[in-house]
Amino acid sequence: MRPVAVAAFAQTTHTDHDTGLSEPELILPVIQAVRAQSGLREFGFTCSGSCDYLAGAPFSFVSALDALGAWPPIQESHVEMDAAFALYEAWVRLQHGDVDSALVYGFGKSSLGDLREIMTLQLDPYYLAPLGLDQLSYAGLQGSAVKSDVAAIARRSWESARSNEYALKLPEPVETAPITDGAAAIVLVAGDLLQERTDLAYINGIAHRIDPHYPGMRNLARSASAAAAATAAGVGKGHVDVAELHVQFAHEETILVDALGLGAGTDINPSGGPLAANPVMATGLIRIGEAARRVMDGTAARAVAHATSGPCLQQNLVAVLSRES
Amino acid sequence: MGHRCAVIGVGQTHYTTRRRDVSMAGLVREAALRALEDAGLTFADIDAVVIGKAPDLFEGVMMPEAYLADALGAAGKPMTRVHTAGSVGGSTALVGASLIQGGVHDRVLVVAYEKQSESNATWALSTHLPFTSSLVVGAGGYFAPHIRDYMRRSGAPGHVGALVAVKDRLNALKNPYAHLKIPGIDRAMVESTPMLWEPIRYLETCPSSDGACAMVLSSERAVTGTPAWVHGGAMRSEPIFRAGRDTVSPQAGIDCAADVYRQAGVTDPRRDLDVAEVYVPFSWYEPMWLENLGFCGVNEGWKLTEAGATALDGDIPWNASGGVLSSNPIGASGLIRFAEAALQVRGMAGEHQVDGARKALGHAYGGGAQFFAMWIVGAEKP
Repeated sequence: MRPVAVAAFAQTTHTDHDTGLSEPELILPVIQAVRAQSGLREFGFTCSGSCDYLAGAPFSFVSALDALGAWPPIQESHVEMDAAFALYEAWVRLQHGDVDSALVYGFGKSSLGDLREIMTLQLDPYYLAPLGLDQLSYAGLQGSAVKSDVAAIARRSWESARSNEYALKLPEPVETAPITDGAAAIVLVAGDLLQERTDLAYINGIAHRIDPHYPGMRNLARSASAAAAATAAGVGKGHVDVAELHVQFAHEETILVDALGLGAGTDINPSGGPLAANPVMATGLIRIGEAARRVMDGTAARAVAHATSGPCLQQNLVAVLSRES
Repeated sequence: MGHRCAVIGVGQTHYTTRRRDVSMAGLVREAALRALEDAGLTFADIDAVVIGKAPDLFEGVMMPEAYLADALGAAGKPMTRVHTAGSVGGSTALVGASLIQGGVHDRVLVVAYEKQSESNATWALSTHLPFTSSLVVGAGGYFAPHIRDYMRRSGAPGHVGALVAVKDRLNALKNPYAHLKIPGIDRAMVESTPMLWEPIRYLETCPSSDGACAMVLSSERAVTGTPAWVHGGAMRSEPIFRAGRDTVSPQAGIDCAADVYRQAGVTDPRRDLDVAEVYVPFSWYEPMWLENLGFCGVNEGWKLTEAGATALDGDIPWNASGGVLSSNPIGASGLIRFAEAALQVRGMAGEHQVDGARKALGHAYGGGAQFFAMWIVGAEKP
């Protein structure tokens, strides 16, 4: 595949409440930050991830274009998924060879509604949603299927987050990712733009897979799709220094560490992970950003990022990043 | 644009007001199975699935790809959900094609759908973000002022919209999948229907449809059956609130067309293309898009329509399938345009086939006429 690297990453200082900023106002600073970091003003391709149901109105992504100042008109697309999947679309687009840069961003304000109940609307509307299971009950179902030291995972995440200026300042460890408002952006580069910097985080492999929707069709103690994505991305080809995992419930870390084949030598969620800040629709992208940041600043030689979508880790994306193309 | 990509299978459901006999999963699966059958393949031959639809509020299912993965044979594969407003069907095809053009996969299933009977799209479109006000009701309320501005600028006579409404519905009579079948439709019938949003009358607007459309896209080495080759694909977006934006002929549409024409070697679209499937949800958008897409000069679009140039027997047929005016499962409407363009150059459009069609345009737009997606497909390998 054509080499592609992360050249810039920015995130908001996340909040646990609505600060009154509109979505474009939330996005604008992170777009400006990645423009400054990358030295690029315009991009060959732009892709974003967001969810209408968080705002409770259609086309929540439309006004985001105002924050970009998309003029003259830009090559742009959007996924109704976590922005990590938008990054995947941008990575694919960069494989064509005709454009060398891409802007990816995601945003979400889950403070506006009842996220736990909103997530119920993601279930099969005929057979699952009417059962009234909210996101917590669903996660609880999976949590009871796996042996996990959730208290230890929560504590470690909470302690790690103390050195993360962007994370929430939670008074105590939590096993459930907190309600968070926030946004993040990443710039990808390829071709000649790779020659301009030596500190880029190359994407050595990236892949995603989905599992069946119905919990009864899956072994909830395992994640077949995460394991398949990790194999396709090449996680096992070398030592992993750092892994940023999209863990919205502490027990998911145990399932993911197993699925990705991560060993004791891997530092899991040094940022504190989603248990310290979970701006829905940007959380997965932030995992890629946090992993890339550690490769770029030299604290990790090889890092893995993971993003998820759907109930009980139904869909999983895995990326491997390093200094080597 | 990377590796070659071809359409090797097309599947559509019949478009209708209410598909009470199937669930959403049943609806998308019906289109997917027909596309696979057309390509002579099964779900096992598919590497990845891309699904598109318009706002989730239309059915009340959030991020429905999670639920629809099983029905589309996606388990164990990558699945992507695209949402770019009304242009989403076109964008879905382009995102699917991108996976092949980028050399990532050999066969991709793209599906788009809407089951409008699950809710009321006009009201789903009329809610707004917190702390903002909405001044319009539904899409017609938004677009009618732009149409009035077009009429003022171009001096188009008031009956041109009705001509498009009649032409597309006559074409629909030849398309077995079309939703609206109105035998005997004529200008007098259209002009006798109620005014919804001045100057858009009831029969000058698109219906609310349930339906799904699917395509199997393939790399060159994995082609089966009759391919329609992708000669170019492009997307463009512009901000909705930019001051000075031309909402009648948006720059994003002009730029998107220029990009796709350059890729496909089209210099004069009216001459170089044989047929166009263009997103015309309100009758007047035919003359407006004729100009925006460069089929004629500025303020000349209505003259082509009036002269019958865009009719099935005209020199450049537009919407031989009956178009969005005859079938509108919103999220799928763009993909249907792209798929109908492919059917034409494969020679498989049936009764609404344009004789000898070798090169065709598929077009979709969305949002406040600010998101555009287009592709050109051809019978010959590019």
